[in-house]
Amino acid sequence: MNTLIFRTVAPFLTALMALFSIFVLLRGHNEPGGGFIGGLIAVSALAIFGIANGIAAVRRALWFHPMAISAFGLFIACLAGLLSAAFGVPFMTGLWITPTVLGVEIPLSSVMLFDTGVYLVVVGAITSIALALEAGDDV
Amino acid sequence: MAANPADLSAALVLTPVPAADWLVVLPPAWCLLVGAVLLMLRKSLHLQALIAIPALAVLVVIDALLLAHVAANGPVTMVMGRWLPPFGIAFTADLTGVLFALAGAVVAFAGSVHALADIDASGRRYGFYPFLLLLMAGVSGAFLTGDIFNLYVWFEVLLISSFGLITLGSEPRQIDGAIKYAFLNLVATTLFLVTTGYLYGIFGTLNMADIAVKAAAGRAELPLMTLATLYFLAFGMKAAAFPVNFWLPASYHTPRVVVSALFAGLLTKVGIYALLRTLVMLFPVEREELSFLIAIVGVATMLLGALGALGQSDIRRLLGYVVISGIGVILAGLSLGSPGGIGGAIFYALHSMVVMTALYMAAGLAGRLAGSFDLNRLGGLYSRSALFSALSLVLFFAASGLPPFSGFWPKVMVAKAAIDIGAWWLTASVFLAGFLTTIALGRVFALAYWRAEVRGLPAQSIPASALLPLAGLTALTVVFGLFPDALLSLVQHAEQSLANPDAYIGSVFPGGK
Repeated sequence: MNTLIFRTVAPFLTALMALFSIFVLLRGHNEPGGGFIGGLIAVSALAIFGIANGIAAVRRALWFHPMAISAFGLFIACLAGLLSAAFGVPFMTGLWITPTVLGVEIPLSSVMLFDTGVYLVVVGAITSIALALEAGDDV
Repeated sequence: MAANPADLSAALVLTPVPAADWLVVLPPAWCLLVGAVLLMLRKSLHLQALIAIPALAVLVVIDALLLAHVAANGPVTMVMGRWLPPFGIAFTADLTGVLFALAGAVVAFAGSVHALADIDASGRRYGFYPFLLLLMAGVSGAFLTGDIFNLYVWFEVLLISSFGLITLGSEPRQIDGAIKYAFLNLVATTLFLVTTGYLYGIFGTLNMADIAVKAAAGRAELPLMTLATLYFLAFGMKAAAFPVNFWLPASYHTPRVVVSALFAGLLTKVGIYALLRTLVMLFPVEREELSFLIAIVGVATMLLGALGALGQSDIRRLLGYVVISGIGVILAGLSLGSPGGIGGAIFYALHSMVVMTALYMAAGLAGRLAGSFDLNRLGGLYSRSALFSALSLVLFFAASGLPPFSGFWPKVMVAKAAIDIGAWWLTASVFLAGFLTTIALGRVFALAYWRAEVRGLPAQSIPASALLPLAGLTALTVVFGLFPDALLSLVQHAEQSLANPDAYIGSVFPGGK
């Protein structure tokens, strides 16, 4: 797969897919999409980048170790559940705030925080599996 | 909300949740949170133990507070995302679950301290502490959840963490053990999932309180025997009941000793807990039908376990068979179904969690002191450390069920319950298994501790971090052996709330069902 065309297109494709994965993550609250499927799209993006430019490039581009990314996702997903403790409602109850930024109402919720956590868990876990399979030895 | 006239109280919890109820979800949530932090700090080896050990101490405190709360107020329920059961996933803690969770937390805490000496830097790099915390998330979740599919999810969580722990270090021997362990456990988990699918098809609900109500109402026309039998097979496999227990001796001697210790303390007991929950609380009539089968399985498990222990020369393999023998006693209690039988089973499971963990730790220390796990080569442990030998002897007696240690009382309860219904052969096998275990462990003591040293070995001392948890767990078995009253009354209450789950159901459906 190491053709000139593929190597030239891969970064653009990766960027586009990463953007699309975030779009899918955010629309997931009421429509098809969400953290899991968004995460898988992001992993596909990274996989394409890896096939074109090698694993080292993916690791550099990620900056954090994929395992740490998935751990951070797990962390914020837990935190999103524990937020409810402050409001006297049961674990993992959806909490909403709608701040107005520049005249636009932005609905934010603990559900979205949880879904972002799922997204990161999927991105981190599947990427580290993919990279390990690609590399063959060192995890 | 004003524009929406729907009656939300039919679907959501609208009353404020008391802070104490948070104790129900805190054990797994806390473990997941700390596990995530440890995973992020995977490369900072010096921080791992520093965070994990206090975190597990906090887990013990949380579980102890939850025990106090449940003992005072009866079962406590919290639903996820404020959706009312049976649609929302409920976490319900009753005495049985909390006792198991607390014992599990104590064992994990002891294990985490013991690991300071047993797990080297490479084991920590592979992520011993994150895996331990995630394992505890799975174990605590399994003990506290009130939803049978959620129970399956926690089984998966603990199973995946245990795969990580068992392959710590990735030695070929460990991979060999891990494959046997993983394959057979996956079969059991799949069977559990399939059965839960049947159950959902039959009841249309996964909430355990709801199932208990619906099973009691429609017992005559529902195929509950199938469910109970399949659950018995699936969880029996998890609990290492004969004849589906061969995965345990094939794998428990391969990982690091502290990992074996934690597995022996925690994993089979999760299977036992699930058996108690399904067969005693959900399907008591079907358990009664199955009781003869369960008794036969129990007798075979305890006797073959004890005989297996007699035939082994590797101490770690030997202890694997002692674990199995204990499972047989628990199954014997389960088969009886009377308060004494079930109470004895719960008590024995708690005792076994503590004692088996401590025994594996002792085996690890014996191996460290004498440089081998082989009974043909071990020797002279008594002359090396009298204190360690004394602790080991206490544990040997406790595991054999001799007084005045904690293994004695549950065996008496089970034996008496068996005599009460005239099942003398069950009583006889409990005592025979105890006798055989005494011989097997006495043989270990005679060969490894009393026998003169076979060859000169460099003097080894036991680090305090390895000895303290061992001493602590041994102290527990002595204390509960000498003063069993408090635990006995808790266990009896646990048994009552399991056999008559009205309070459990009332806690899930406060408005009545």
